[in-house]
Amino acid sequence: MFVGDDLACLRGSRLVFTGLSFGLEPGAALVLTGPNGCGKSSLLRLMAGLLRPLAGSLSWNGEAIAEAPDEHRGRISYVGHLDAVKPALTVHENLAFWAALADPREAAARTGLALDEFGLGALSDLPGRYLSAGQRRRLAVARLLAAPARLWLLDEPTTGLDRDGIARLEAAMVRHRDGGGMIALATHTDQALAGAQSLCVGDYAPAAGGQPAYNADDGGDRAVAPVGAGR
Amino acid sequence: MRRFGGLVWRDMRLALRAGTDATTAVMFFVVTVALFPLGVGPEPDILARIAAGVIWVAALLASLLSLERLLAGDYEDGGLDLLALGPLPLEAVVLAKVAAHWLVTGLPLIVAAPVLALLLNMPTAGFGVLMATLALGTPSLSLIGAIGAALTLGSRRGGVLLAVLTLPLLVPVLIFAVAAIEAALTGLPARPHLLLLGATLAVALSLTPVAAAAAMRQALE
Repeated sequence: MFVGDDLACLRGSRLVFTGLSFGLEPGAALVLTGPNGCGKSSLLRLMAGLLRPLAGSLSWNGEAIAEAPDEHRGRISYVGHLDAVKPALTVHENLAFWAALADPREAAARTGLALDEFGLGALSDLPGRYLSAGQRRRLAVARLLAAPARLWLLDEPTTGLDRDGIARLEAAMVRHRDGGGMIALATHTDQALAGAQSLCVGDYAPAAGGQPAYNADDGGDRAVAPVGAGR
Repeated sequence: MRRFGGLVWRDMRLALRAGTDATTAVMFFVVTVALFPLGVGPEPDILARIAAGVIWVAALLASLLSLERLLAGDYEDGGLDLLALGPLPLEAVVLAKVAAHWLVTGLPLIVAAPVLALLLNMPTAGFGVLMATLALGTPSLSLIGAIGAALTLGSRRGGVLLAVLTLPLLVPVLIFAVAAIEAALTGLPARPHLLLLGATLAVALSLTPVAAAAAMRQALE
């Protein structure tokens, strides 16, 4: 179980959110919503360990992540805004590199599988520079299957994807959760994620006085998002 | 280890396919050195005296020129995030990238050096030591430069800043290398200077990955 407790995040000199907590059980998904700039991406980078929280803590099965950062990195697959596609390498080489970095022994099989799953098989010998934005995006999300991990951190992964691409990604997410994987997803569109918890990061923006803002509809009690709801 | 090798191989392929990164460093090296006989004049004695210094300063600038892109490409396309989250520690990532950089840019410099030494009328007695200093010195240049490359991540005009930050740190390498060649040319033993160069490389090899990785973590925050 992956838990964040009373997190606060500072970017530059601006407090982005405070008092944010969440919990993710195996097979659960967390959808992060909220207006632009409310800290969805920062929260994902915080979960990945790329950012350190100003306050609060993250833990995996009760063990603080700050104590064992190397183990935590091994559990994560992160898809950010940037595609990390090298223009000089072919589609296959791009993907094979990340697969081999994660697990040199199974790289070949996983690369082939990921290419097929995201419909990139026909493009596999095409250099990255000739890909369209949507194709680059497909390649970026294909990394999730080429270099598998327990926890998927997805930052608006559907940007630029066509309907077919979104359907393939959604199918991959369902299979990942069925296998006990977890997903944290920042999005603006309504993603079809059955039984996902939703967390509005914007609700945790600090008020003018520096106190966390509470949403009256929730009775003010947003400290812990429901865990693994309705799977 | 296979992961490390995989990263070295990928970076080499990237550099060789893009072509420009790898060849510009060597071309810069050759062209800069070739300018000296034109600027200083064709007196063989003067050229022979300044040959060691000219070749080394040009080699130093040539490696700096290519170091700017050492980490910037991966930083800009998000690859550095993924490498930081990957199973290789960032220290190993730095070492792998430096190894690839040296194989693609440092090694050609060593190969080109004797030809340029001939051009500058350096006595043949110095050739062996010149190659030895470059073999020991250019890895240090790549390593120390990696700290600068990591520190300047995300800054505009990073190349100039990189040069200003890194050049003072590279002065010892330059001094030991040129002293070794001068010693060989005057018939003195070059060994002590080469040992000092080796020591610099050993220190750089052990300290720079740590320093550069710390700077990269800062840049990724």
